[in-house]
Amino acid sequence: MAVIREDNILETIRMIDEENLDVRTVTMGISLLDCADPDIDVSCAKIKKKILNKARDLVKVTHDISREYGIPIVNSRISVTPIALLASVSGGDCKKYAIALDEAAKEVGVNFIGGYSALVQKGMTPGDELLINSIPEALACTDLVCSSVNIGSTKAGINMDAVRRMGQIVREAAELTKDRNCFGAAKLVVFCNAVEDNPFMAGAFHGISEPDCVINVGVSGPGVVREAVRQAGKDASMDQIAEIIKKTAFKVTRMGQLVGTEASRRLGVPFGILDLSLAPTPAVGDSVAQILEEIGLEQVGGPGTTACLAMLNDAVKKGGVMASSSVGGLSGAFIPVSEDAGMIDAASAGTLSIEKLEAMTAVCSVGLDMIVVPGETTAETLSAIIADEAAIGMINSKTTACRLIPAIGRKAGDTLEFGGLLGYGPVMPVRTVKPDVMIHRGGRIPAPMNSLKN
Amino acid sequence: MRAVISTIGKDRPGILAFVATECAKRDINIIDVTQKSLRDLFTMIMIVEIPEENGDLDRIMSEIEEAGEKENLKIHVMHEDIFNAMHTV
Repeated sequence: MAVIREDNILETIRMIDEENLDVRTVTMGISLLDCADPDIDVSCAKIKKKILNKARDLVKVTHDISREYGIPIVNSRISVTPIALLASVSGGDCKKYAIALDEAAKEVGVNFIGGYSALVQKGMTPGDELLINSIPEALACTDLVCSSVNIGSTKAGINMDAVRRMGQIVREAAELTKDRNCFGAAKLVVFCNAVEDNPFMAGAFHGISEPDCVINVGVSGPGVVREAVRQAGKDASMDQIAEIIKKTAFKVTRMGQLVGTEASRRLGVPFGILDLSLAPTPAVGDSVAQILEEIGLEQVGGPGTTACLAMLNDAVKKGGVMASSSVGGLSGAFIPVSEDAGMIDAASAGTLSIEKLEAMTAVCSVGLDMIVVPGETTAETLSAIIADEAAIGMINSKTTACRLIPAIGRKAGDTLEFGGLLGYGPVMPVRTVKPDVMIHRGGRIPAPMNSLKN
Repeated sequence: MRAVISTIGKDRPGILAFVATECAKRDINIIDVTQKSLRDLFTMIMIVEIPEENGDLDRIMSEIEEAGEKENLKIHVMHEDIFNAMHTV
């Protein structure tokens, strides 16, 4: 047994008690391919049976691990095979799948289930269309189901027909839930270069190249990184700050690795990946924006933000990769506006604009996340924002995403409150010059040159 | 299960005895103890062996932590592996 030093023990306890160190999510990925049936009701029954069977002990096991190791594990979640694949076999009213997933998730006690998804970067099958058309209603009539649609990739380019459709879907999802703070749109992500093993919601789904069942873990810890940067003082150079972030990320990742391997052992399910993302929460001190401010910005969103974020994101990866050999998922710093106290402040103050956020997503995971836009924003404008964000992902061979929430009935400057981990967000102004002609063209943006390396 | 019990609180006589008694009540063997009092702040770290046959670990850990709270002590009972994982390469 290695001798553990006293100061290391106290450091760990301080990280957990005071700096919000936690494991953000233990997500069980479950393949539903074997549940496909030409009869949608049979298919739904098989889905429920399989999820109940595989995830029966998930919540209990994460609770036990959390208790024994003294590490808070905030969420237990499930991701499943993109439902569009099952819809292709069964046809019918896709909403039934959403309801089946919702019921199964409630029965096993997880707090979100992801995979009401379609991958349409190159084109749509009838099943994909059925699913996409049903998204607004599916999200309105369920509580825990999360949906995602991949509309572009570096290899395939951007499917502009799908982009156009998704602008409408995002609006409809918000409209159908306008009496519940447009919550539907907060559970819907539009991706470019979606990853198959992401444990984080709302974009998690269980890709078709994944095994039957797998455990993926997402760590967190912006508060820990911020405190480490603070302790370094104002005189440390940027490379010294990067070094400190690396070391902190190493420790955080090792904790996640331990939880992942232990959960996998106890559940008898293979360990998939550890996602190294710095995921903020609205809690005080648990903010990515505040790390950037601790590095030396008066407020996030001003000049220097992109450079600091690039360094932070890269340092987190370098530290994490050393700590675990199963790094995957999105692995980067998240910048969801409504879930991050520092981002909320900067957006409210007008320092942080959507355009700056877009630039920031070029150097970090994962995209325009949890951004509340005015209710009058048109479907075409939403589509155009999605297209811009997808273009950044396509050209830079990285994942980008949009989770935009049109606040129906509200205008810039108002606030939309979601509660819980999703937080609250100021309605951010969007430029209103029209992209309509471009969006109505449809078709595809061809794959960029950097995909033709083979 | 080998665990680390950390105790933090305002220094006064009897803290070590109190935690040791809570351990003894539950058949928990103390393997190593270090303690320090800096100004008024008392910190103590115990490495202990909790017998698996004691059953419900969750309950044992919660009981000790709650007993500490009543005495104004912040006690954490955590599996030893977490510290090994985080602080050794």
